[in-house]
Amino acid sequence: MIRHLLDGVPRAGIVMLLALLAALVIAPFLVGGYLLSVLFLILYFAYVGQAWNIMMGFAGQLSLGHSLYVGLGAYAAAALYVHFGISPWIGLGASIVISGLAGAVIGFLAFRFGVAGVYFAILTIAFAEFARIGFDHFTWVDGSSGFFLPVENYRQNDFWNLRGSPTMFYYLMLGMTVAALVLCHLLLKSRVGYYWLAIRESPEAAQALGINIFKYKMYAVVLSAAMTSLAGVVFAFYYNNLFPEQIFHISRSIELILGPIIGGVGTLVGPLVGAFLLTALAEGLREVMLQIGVEVPGVKQVFYGFCLLWVVIFLPEGVWPPLAKLLGFNKPERED
Amino acid sequence: MPIEIYLNVAASGLLTGLVYGLMALGLSVIFGVVRVVNFAHGEMMTVGMYIAILAFTMMGLDPLIMMIPIAAILFVFGYLMQAGLINPFINRPEHSQFMLLVAVALILVNLQLIFFGPDARGVQTSYSFDSYQIGPVIVDAAKVYAAGAALAVAGALFAFFRFTLVGKAIRACADNYHGALVVGLNVKQLYALTFGLGAACVGAAGAMLVPIIDVTPTIGPAYTLLAFVIVITGGLGSMPGALLGGVLIGVTEALGGVLFSPSAKSMFAFAILVLVLLFRPQGILGRKLS
Repeated sequence: MIRHLLDGVPRAGIVMLLALLAALVIAPFLVGGYLLSVLFLILYFAYVGQAWNIMMGFAGQLSLGHSLYVGLGAYAAAALYVHFGISPWIGLGASIVISGLAGAVIGFLAFRFGVAGVYFAILTIAFAEFARIGFDHFTWVDGSSGFFLPVENYRQNDFWNLRGSPTMFYYLMLGMTVAALVLCHLLLKSRVGYYWLAIRESPEAAQALGINIFKYKMYAVVLSAAMTSLAGVVFAFYYNNLFPEQIFHISRSIELILGPIIGGVGTLVGPLVGAFLLTALAEGLREVMLQIGVEVPGVKQVFYGFCLLWVVIFLPEGVWPPLAKLLGFNKPERED
Repeated sequence: MPIEIYLNVAASGLLTGLVYGLMALGLSVIFGVVRVVNFAHGEMMTVGMYIAILAFTMMGLDPLIMMIPIAAILFVFGYLMQAGLINPFINRPEHSQFMLLVAVALILVNLQLIFFGPDARGVQTSYSFDSYQIGPVIVDAAKVYAAGAALAVAGALFAFFRFTLVGKAIRACADNYHGALVVGLNVKQLYALTFGLGAACVGAAGAMLVPIIDVTPTIGPAYTLLAFVIVITGGLGSMPGALLGGVLIGVTEALGGVLFSPSAKSMFAFAILVLVLLFRPQGILGRKLS
């Protein structure tokens, strides 16, 4: 599989990605704390977008409840750390198992009973909402009053316990984003990847060709859930506080799928491009509002909404496919 | 706790549930015909609620009287939205339609935030503290009027689809899109009309809810979700199903709030949703999924 790592990737694309990677690696030495936190956010959304894209972009299953996996992953690792002092590197095992199981349950219920499309999307919302209200009443992790990780002033990074500077988290997130990109690229070149694309394009045809669509849809859901839960672990240890009302909220689910949709569903680079554009747009708008002194809440989001509207109407494939054409990549990333 | 309390709570849940049902009816009609899920449904309801509040505080007009002009305003809004924005998206993939309506919802919520601020608003009508007693059961007058109005609007809509030519044409579009095109129906215009009707339903429901619940710009998404839950429980595309789902969810939430904690009440709604999706995915009164 590794031998085929670079198969089918245009040379210009490799050069561009490596240049971007180099820029991101040296960024902490050049930018201040605020910009670094924005870059962290971009990588975070690029990573979760990539994870969501496996389910929607590859296997064609629209999930609107991915905040469930972020939240479960975050709570599992944080609770093990706070209650038992277990390192998040071990705790993430629990995160993966719990989120993967949640994904498996949702997938099993839905795919067994032929729940698909909009119904499936709403089932995923329902589970996330269920978890949100459930965790509000889950006293072991302090319910609705929020779960806090102990914070002190770190002079040294404790990588084993993920206690330390934003720069450490930045590099961790960068590593995860790169790993997710490579993994998805390899997946798309594998048998499973081709099965997923077949299922996305036509479940009936895929089944007629002898693909066990239930099994491969389950793989997509579980893998996507497990990957998303890792983002939750980082989220918990980076922000040090968890509130069910925030982490499981439907607006979080929507937030994390905007990137891949704006960037280009089913493309490899789309989630990355979308995360860059949307986070830059949001932060840029914030800055502009600050400069011109508009303090009315909501103005920023209205502009943001109109930008989304513009992209959805005029770039139905997302930003990346037309951009790739413009940059001269003859073979677009989307595997049609 | 004495049984009367449960009866009272159930009755109140039933009445509120009928209004929820009307709200969900709007969503059901839109999905049943246009095949687009209106992710801005709750946000459209809060638009109706704010108009009702403005009319009440500025001109003293009762929300139940304002219901008709509000339905008309929302009808125009929905018609224009379908004709201008959504019609070009009819054949696009689901996630694309979803994005479009999420963007609309985002804009609506935040425009309301800009104009009305984040504080909760409500109205005190002359009958706010009135109640009726039927045997051991005491019910709020405001809820009785709202439920009555919801039934009337739902009945009118039902009659429209059943007996008028336009209503039949819309049902034809829902049954067979290509067939409707072949016999020469102006499908795009009928879609716009349908979305307008759905919006009018939810606007009217918003006006009815104003005397019962307070409104903030951010309650929209929760009601969008509630409408989904109701519609799927009752059966997407089934008009009596939406009302039945509304009542079922209304009563369950009300009883769940008393039996457990009020903050956990929507868990019961979601539990019902999951059960329905498992054992009867087409909904209680829905037609079998093809």
